[in-house]
Amino acid sequence: MNLYTFLQNLINGLSLGSLYALIAIGYTMVYGILRLINFAHGDVFMMAVYFAFFLVTLGKVPWLISFVIAILAAALLGFTIDRVAYKPIRNAPRVSALITAIGVSFFLESFAVVVFSGIPRSFRNIYPKFLNNMLILGGHEEVKYGRNVIVGGLRIPIVSFVILIVTAIALVILWWIIYKTKIGMAMRAVSVDIPTTSLMGVNVDGVIGFTFALGSALAAIGGLLWATRYPQLWPYMGFMPGLKAFIAAVFGGIGSIQGAVVGGFLLGLTEIMLVGFFPKMAGYRDAFAFLILILILSVKPEGLLGKRSVVKV
Amino acid sequence: MPMKLSNRTNFILTVALVFFVWLLLFFINGHMNTYMIRIVSLIGIYGVMAVSLTLINGITGIFSLGHSGFIALGAYTSALLTMSIHQKEVTFILDKVAWPFNSVQLPFLPATIIGGIVAAVFSFLIGWPSLRLSGDYLAIATLGFSEIIRILALNLRSITNGALGLKSIPQYTNVWWSWTWLLITVLFVGSLVNSSFGRALKAIREDRVAAASMGINIFKHQLLSFVIGGFFAGISGSLYAHWLTTIDPRTTSIGVMLTFNVLIMIVIGGLGSISGAIIGAGLFAILTEWLRFLEEPMKIFSFEFSGIAGLRMLVFSAMFVMVMIFWPRGIMGRKELTWNTLYSKLRRGSGESNE
Repeated sequence: MNLYTFLQNLINGLSLGSLYALIAIGYTMVYGILRLINFAHGDVFMMAVYFAFFLVTLGKVPWLISFVIAILAAALLGFTIDRVAYKPIRNAPRVSALITAIGVSFFLESFAVVVFSGIPRSFRNIYPKFLNNMLILGGHEEVKYGRNVIVGGLRIPIVSFVILIVTAIALVILWWIIYKTKIGMAMRAVSVDIPTTSLMGVNVDGVIGFTFALGSALAAIGGLLWATRYPQLWPYMGFMPGLKAFIAAVFGGIGSIQGAVVGGFLLGLTEIMLVGFFPKMAGYRDAFAFLILILILSVKPEGLLGKRSVVKV
Repeated sequence: MPMKLSNRTNFILTVALVFFVWLLLFFINGHMNTYMIRIVSLIGIYGVMAVSLTLINGITGIFSLGHSGFIALGAYTSALLTMSIHQKEVTFILDKVAWPFNSVQLPFLPATIIGGIVAAVFSFLIGWPSLRLSGDYLAIATLGFSEIIRILALNLRSITNGALGLKSIPQYTNVWWSWTWLLITVLFVGSLVNSSFGRALKAIREDRVAAASMGINIFKHQLLSFVIGGFFAGISGSLYAHWLTTIDPRTTSIGVMLTFNVLIMIVIGGLGSISGAIIGAGLFAILTEWLRFLEEPMKIFSFEFSGIAGLRMLVFSAMFVMVMIFWPRGIMGRKELTWNTLYSKLRRGSGESNE
């Protein structure tokens, strides 16, 4: 592996990692407040991509506007899921909440199969073509098959840079919401202690709903970027990225937003580097993420940046 | 009159019920069409799956999402053992079959038991690290392990034939095999639950700390229950493979969806009840077949509707969420359907009781 391929893997890993980070934030925010693994999060990601797809193909809406509408619709969907499915069982045992979350995920997937059909669709004609163009650095020209071809060098799709930039902007906005606004302060308070916060006159259900909406919007951004990078849509497309983003959240320390970002980048980088260094292992790529999960859970269950919680009897 | 039936009456009634069910199976096998017979065998297979998951999830309180992995292990192992050597040579196009499987062919019963043992060994290996975790972390770790098993099945081409899966597995599973295994599973798990071991498991489910302070070794008990559940999951996998006659590692047949389906059965039946698990399995098998009409073209008031694929699963998942929200205890809750409960219901119904 020379310097070029290493750099190429680095940038691919970072862009994949930022997608994981965007999705992982939603998991970690919900877990931080409700101690609930929101299984349906990966499916919100999938629904957002379908919304954008149908707005552009059927609604003939310009792509940028339809992306924005899709993000807002995903936020509304996340809010609705909380209101309809999770709020009625807020005080039930945690296992019932987890089972309900699995049920909601299953429902959204089946819904997508029925309404959008299970046949994979291509996202290629939705966004501007130039995003898939390659940026070529270095390398040398050679004549092959009667044409001038650049051999070697660094090839990075432009969308990888777009992913990094959009993620950075989204993270800054998220940071601003959580640390500089009133609702952000309420979110932080709710994640520490729900009863006390409600005694202070904070509308806890409203804050939880807002958290779901915010996390879903970030997942939608991640999903739209994901579909631009890997342009294939199908109803189960959110399942694996969702699980891996959850692993990233656990890796970084669940409940901590910084942890989710760090975990997402680390998971994306290690995954791409593993395949880069050992191409034969490419088939085991998904298994590798789960191996990380099991290792981190048995060695350091609070994750890299999480706080160790002590259970008192 | 005593409120409880004597042990002898209980035993006689149970034997009579088994005899009656077997008579019914005999009738179904002789007089119904092949389609009905297949559904009845499927109920037995689902029953074994649901009872084994109930032992792990409902009775021991380990929230495992790895059931499909054990089912897959049992399915692959037994199918590779029962397929004829010639058939394996034809099926494995990409790579040759690896050693033990290229020279053996076993009858259905030993192959099924070996499938169960392989699943049990793996559940021991998986349970050892995962059971140190608790709650939702354990759920995700077991889900991860079952995905790893599926990914291994996709990649170990010389054992599993990779993404092509296994085809032309002999169709050995009939009502007798599936219901006999269901009977064995219920008898085994049932007597386990009523033993001191089972009471220890329930104590762990209710309160880990209190159970530990009573001197129960939590880890050992949970691991043993996990391994027993894994064994019967492997058995059900073998039955399922010889019912389907194909195994496809890419799709839903042995993936996480299968775990979710079994979870639906035990949640609808009541998490923590063996009889509930069987009721849930029966309902699931019958409803998935009955709801098939939703996916077929139909005519309502002279309007033609073309069938919509996947509508059944939508109905099921909606039902699943609603059960969780409005009726979290399911049909049976944690109660068992026993002769005693039926007896006291009857007495109360006829107004004879004067407690």
